[in-house]
Amino acid sequence: MKKLESTFLNMVLSLVLIAVVAAAGLAGIYSLTKEKIDDQQNQKRQAAIREVVLPNAEATVEIQITSDTIREEENGKQWVIHNIHQDGQFIGAAVETSGTGFGGEQKLMIGFNPEGEIINYTVLEHQETPGLGDKISNWFKTEKGNQDIRGRKGGELLVKQDGGDVDAITAATISSRAFLKAIREAHSAFKEDEVQEVTGTSQLKNQPAEPAAEATTETTTGATQINETEVSHE
Amino acid sequence: MSNGLKTLTNGLLKENPTFVLVLGMCPTLATTTSAINGMSMGLATMFVLVCSNIVISLLKNLIPDKVRIPAFIVVIATFVTIVQLAMQAYLPSIYEVLGLFIPLIVVNCIVLGRAEAFAAKNSVGLSALDGIGMGLGFTLALTLLGACREILGSGKIFSIGTFEGFQIFPNNFAALIFVLAPGAFIALAYLMAIMNKLQKK
Repeated sequence: MKKLESTFLNMVLSLVLIAVVAAAGLAGIYSLTKEKIDDQQNQKRQAAIREVVLPNAEATVEIQITSDTIREEENGKQWVIHNIHQDGQFIGAAVETSGTGFGGEQKLMIGFNPEGEIINYTVLEHQETPGLGDKISNWFKTEKGNQDIRGRKGGELLVKQDGGDVDAITAATISSRAFLKAIREAHSAFKEDEVQEVTGTSQLKNQPAEPAAEATTETTTGATQINETEVSHE
Repeated sequence: MSNGLKTLTNGLLKENPTFVLVLGMCPTLATTTSAINGMSMGLATMFVLVCSNIVISLLKNLIPDKVRIPAFIVVIATFVTIVQLAMQAYLPSIYEVLGLFIPLIVVNCIVLGRAEAFAAKNSVGLSALDGIGMGLGFTLALTLLGACREILGSGKIFSIGTFEGFQIFPNNFAALIFVLAPGAFIALAYLMAIMNKLQKK
């Protein structure tokens, strides 16, 4: 077959044809893989929730993940709160939070018990420097010096350089600072959610309401303008 | 047949895309922090190379000369997106590491370069062989570079996700710089020098 001449009609026809076939093929592949991709992301989230709230539990232990509250600031920053119940008892919440580290966004999942103490955390995504900032994945849950934040109140954590008492990662203070700020914000989102739920709609919690004054001071560290929306997803 | 064999081995040594043609440096330097990462990037690129070479060779008479570049890019981008979706669905742990660099295969000079220089002028069979050869050459180069950086930078090799890999020497003796960006340039330069020395003999 002879090569097509570069006439206007030929050019338009061949490009349109190629683009249409490519688009159709991609649409097919997309619909084939979509379910699988959603599945993967869901599984990952479920695993993370378990890890931060029930770090030592067997995979067979049943938990109910009830309400997911998304709090949003106007700049699009948001916290997703997964409240966890076991046999009808409120055992804690996993809060998705994020901060701006040295290399980009850090996405974290923090587990709080009903008293607001950190049970465990996991790093969902980060772009910190390999070998330095990427130690956030384990540094703050390693029992050494003053770096372990498990079992501590989430609202009071500051690195030593900022007048707090938490050891920052060696040579990665900016990453550590961002990490702790994200945790403080998660804590205030968690606190506020609790107040909302006790005074508002849900009766699921057996935790008495914190004094409202404390919750308000907590929020000054993080959220300023908060809109709340209830969503439910699996 | 010997022609086919020559085409296949061409990409491995004589025209190795990384060490001789020095094409596609962005993914080469950025993704080779470990041997497995380098290999995955190489294999993803190879898949795109082979598929786009075949399709472009099939379409070469249908595509008018003046619009050949946009047509090639559409074909290449289609296969890259397929790789991306498939990887996201079936190899999530590798996708997490490489995710950012997969879309960049579209602008990888090797893929467009082979389409333009080889597939647009040769038969389907030869183009497929060329894609395999070039892809293998690229994969080997990236794996080698990744392995060097991983061993020197962390003392381990072939670690992936939670699997720790094989510890060659203790982590304390590793030079972190080889995992970071400067190490990529240093390791690549030395490997290239060694390749040149060997080729000259």
